Amino acid sequence: MIWQVDLAILALVVICAIAAVTVRDLLGAGILFGAYSFMLCLLWAAMGAVDVAFTEASVGAGVSTVFFIAAVFRTTRRTKD
Amino acid sequence: MESITGLILAKYNYWMYISLMMVGLYAMIAKNNLVKKIIGMNILQTAIILFYISIGAKKGATIPIIMHSEGHGHEAVHAVQYINPLPHVLMLTAIVVSVATLGVALALAIRLYARFGTLEEDEINDQVREAP
Repeated sequence: MIWQVDLAILALVVICAIAAVTVRDLLGAGILFGAYSFMLCLLWAAMGAVDVAFTEASVGAGVSTVFFIAAVFRTTRRTKD
Repeated sequence: MESITGLILAKYNYWMYISLMMVGLYAMIAKNNLVKKIIGMNILQTAIILFYISIGAKKGATIPIIMHSEGHGHEAVHAVQYINPLPHVLMLTAIVVSVATLGVALALAIRLYARFGTLEEDEINDQVREAP
């Protein structure tokens, strides 16, 4: 666990999380949530949890983003907050 | 004084986990849109996963695969050389459960949109109150 890499990825994770909950577009929020999951996957790999890392990459980043995009296409992109 | 700053700086993973958890909780409570609430729920779950993985991490340790393979004789396994794999295994289950929860929540949101024509919580509440 190299602490410089760890701290940089942690900062990116928090930035992606804040951006995903504040952006005023649901499609953008879903894509930012996918970016957040990929940053978390990098973090797990840097912390030595490789099994959690590839599960997060396939399930968390892949399937969750597909779910969000499918839900946004079936409903609406507009949001008030 | 030095020990307090050392405590804050050395455990930065836990501070980031707390801030991520607060971001998720804020999105679940304060946001009006249902998809935003679901994103907040997922951020809260992944923050808890970050907490558990941080428990298992060790300085100067490698991934939990035994280094001496077959044919190298018998050596003692030193647990301090390996990252603790028990939190990893627990969190694999948590990831799968979180994606199942996400699927159910988004399906309910789609049904609500088909019924009420909006994803905003206050508008859904108004329509429910107006209907007898």
